[in-house]
Amino acid sequence: MTRVRVRFSKTGKVRFVSHRDVARIWERALRKAEIRVAYTEGFSPRPRVSFGLALATGYESEAEYLDMDLVDEPQIDHQVWALQICRQLDLALPKGVDIVAAEVVDRSIDSLQKAVESCTWHIEVDGIGYANAIECVDGFLSKENVVVERERKGRTVREDVRAQVFALDVTGATNQGVRLVAELGTQPRALRPTELLMAIDPPLRARSVRRMNQWMSQGSERIEPLTADAAPNTLAEARV
Amino acid sequence: MSSLWSELEQVLDKVQKPARYIGGEDGMIVPAHHPDKAAWLLIYPDTYEVGLPNQGLQILYEILNERSDAVAERTYAPWTDMASVLRSRGLPLFSVDTHRPASDFDVLAFNLAAELVYTNLLECVDLAGVPLRTAERAPSDPLVIAGGHCAYNPEPVADFIDAAVLGDGEEVIGEITRVIVDWKAAGRSDRHDLHLQLAGVPGVYVPSLYAATFNDQRLSEITPREPGVPPVIEKRTVTDLADWPYPRHQLVPLTEVVHDRLNVEVFRGCTRGCRFCQAGMITRPVRERPAEQVRTMVADGLKRTGYDEVSLTSLSTADFSGIDEVIAATMEDEGCGQISVSLPSLRVDAFTVEIAAQIQRARRTGLTFAPEAGSWRLRTVINKLITEEDLYSAVQSAYSQGWRRVKLYFLTGLPTETDEDTLGILELAKRCVELGRTHHRNPSVTVSVGGFVPKPFTPFQWFGQNTEAELRRKIGLLRDGARHLKGVQLKWHDSRASVIEGLLSRGDRRLGFVIEDVWKNGGVFQEWSEHFDLDLWTAALNRHNLSLEEQVYRHRTDEEALPWDHLSAGLHKDFLWQDWREALEGAGLEDCRWTPCYDCGACTGYGVEHVVASATPPAGGSQGTGQNLARGGEVPVGLGEKLSIQKVPARIGS
Repeated sequence: MTRVRVRFSKTGKVRFVSHRDVARIWERALRKAEIRVAYTEGFSPRPRVSFGLALATGYESEAEYLDMDLVDEPQIDHQVWALQICRQLDLALPKGVDIVAAEVVDRSIDSLQKAVESCTWHIEVDGIGYANAIECVDGFLSKENVVVERERKGRTVREDVRAQVFALDVTGATNQGVRLVAELGTQPRALRPTELLMAIDPPLRARSVRRMNQWMSQGSERIEPLTADAAPNTLAEARV
Repeated sequence: MSSLWSELEQVLDKVQKPARYIGGEDGMIVPAHHPDKAAWLLIYPDTYEVGLPNQGLQILYEILNERSDAVAERTYAPWTDMASVLRSRGLPLFSVDTHRPASDFDVLAFNLAAELVYTNLLECVDLAGVPLRTAERAPSDPLVIAGGHCAYNPEPVADFIDAAVLGDGEEVIGEITRVIVDWKAAGRSDRHDLHLQLAGVPGVYVPSLYAATFNDQRLSEITPREPGVPPVIEKRTVTDLADWPYPRHQLVPLTEVVHDRLNVEVFRGCTRGCRFCQAGMITRPVRERPAEQVRTMVADGLKRTGYDEVSLTSLSTADFSGIDEVIAATMEDEGCGQISVSLPSLRVDAFTVEIAAQIQRARRTGLTFAPEAGSWRLRTVINKLITEEDLYSAVQSAYSQGWRRVKLYFLTGLPTETDEDTLGILELAKRCVELGRTHHRNPSVTVSVGGFVPKPFTPFQWFGQNTEAELRRKIGLLRDGARHLKGVQLKWHDSRASVIEGLLSRGDRRLGFVIEDVWKNGGVFQEWSEHFDLDLWTAALNRHNLSLEEQVYRHRTDEEALPWDHLSAGLHKDFLWQDWREALEGAGLEDCRWTPCYDCGACTGYGVEHVVASATPPAGGSQGTGQNLARGGEVPVGLGEKLSIQKVPARIGS
């Protein structure tokens, strides 16, 4: 069995498809591409494909990840092999779900859910001017705690949002508002961009949200599970 | 006109399940619109999840888009949250393929598969920005056309549709396209002209060209208003399914839908003659797809879609004469991982369970059978000729091969049904649990009970439907009885919804006012229990001086006009009447594929025949074929012999 880690994007109309449905799309794509995935044992065997952090329906992303266990062992260079598989898969995936990078990884490494510590987001916000936005963001960052009430499993809980905001900045103006960049923590539970916006005073409304990176630690370094430039041109060419 | 996508993407985060509205399915077509082409918007007036898998709609979608003179896109009824958002932002109904406004199309073509969606038809027409009533539409407005099984009595929606199309759509859709293209080329001036042209296409009924006359609150006749309009509209029948291997590219949705698997239609029609079953009556004769073509469609379809499950669809797939060949080929032709085959309607016998065991190697969770009635006497009345031995051997076989749950479908409120018949349902269920105990510790039998709704073009079209109170009483009997039966779970259909389904299924043109009234008062998605509202319907009936007593509960006589008398499914009315009388005498009728013709009219009227690959009945299954269960391929002597006459019920009179 060989584990392949894949990075893919989810953009355009397909952003309105739920995380669960994306998993089903991958299962069908694997069968269409005739890639032999290992199955779990038991009464109802499932393909051994595990997805990283869920992405809220409606958000776009350039940094989605999954790990899949394949039946076959690579007989050629691991990198070439992984890319050949992804070229087949890319053709079987719907428009808007595109493979960005793939690598053979060791089966003993931490799962994506466990390893990823934060995500970088690009957020477009409507109805606020540039200067105003800077003021709001600075106001938020100057606080030590920003406690909000959230519905969790039917109960209202109070949580500090501020500690999960690793970075936040206004990067420019748009026709209707501004662009923000934020790095938000994912452990023990991921903070969503819209939850951040609700915690800012006054609350802001997102026009669009896009995940740009997921981050994990390697020693003292912050690295991505796979970098986007790991994809050579061959994969890009295979895409129509 | 341009796409509405940029407006829509701003509202999709405000609605539940936004993937319903984005299109992008594998198999989706982005057609090239052109003013000279007829542009069809195919609409399934229920949610995306229910409507997307509909094979009829997908077949027409492909056939139209293959034509050089037509384009077709699709849409589904927007859920209530989306409808409110659209109205509040002044946005119209749109296609899911290119998000084009509905009013940009020449035709809004509705698939009417169930009566309770009629108010959704009005909702879609209104959201499209098209006047509700045909009489109010301008030449620039789209045509509103309805097809599907409910088109066999379109009178309740007659005021809202320009035309109804009867029968198989594959051929007639092209003929309608020609009429529309020519009308557009001629300047699209007069709607009445277009109506006359459409009425000239066989299978097309244009309600506005017919007058419905009433005599003392009862329909007396429906006749053409002008010369040249056919007095009777015959359904369309495709003679050879081999010519129509559609859908070639079944749509694979991005989000989960019902029947989320490859579907391959193996035959159309059914001759078992179950008297309650409208589908079986109106789709006659039987037309099988060649086994070789089924194999190809299955193999290609699985490869193209990535599905791991295929359903061989028909009204009774175990009767398909090529079943063994197709299953063997599919099971040996495994690509990646396990493929499972499902048969949507299992025949009740051990032979069929053997087939099921062969194909469902993984996930043996539950098997469903439909004995429909609780006693042999009542089953002969409805002509569902399943013996208790058939059922028990099927159930025995299911449990012994690893299934733990058996689901049994029944109808209640059938003609001549006594409380003894109703309670017979529980006897059967109890015995099934006992059979299960010999194999498992905790076998489970789910009994699902629906209220019987008489339908047009069936022998039961004259039957006065059980009242809501009577249906409720019968379900109550079953609930009381099931309470102490270990291992039996009872589920039942809302009897109030059955009554309204009955109202709409055999109603006449006056119901248009009632439907409009209910829709105006917010009664959409009536087929969804969370939205169904009986009070809306009864209030609307009162306002228009109509009653359930007169429209639904009353037995009809052979002299009175039926709202669908000017339409024809090929079945002779006197055949149906005769079959109705025989039902009341408790006489069964064998499957006519292998027994002599009863001259129902479905074959002879159109010069077609049953298309079956095998001249001998398949092995197993005594039902309707008059065979010995143990030996396939033999037809007994004494064909069409009447079963012994049982008591004639007192309720039925004329």
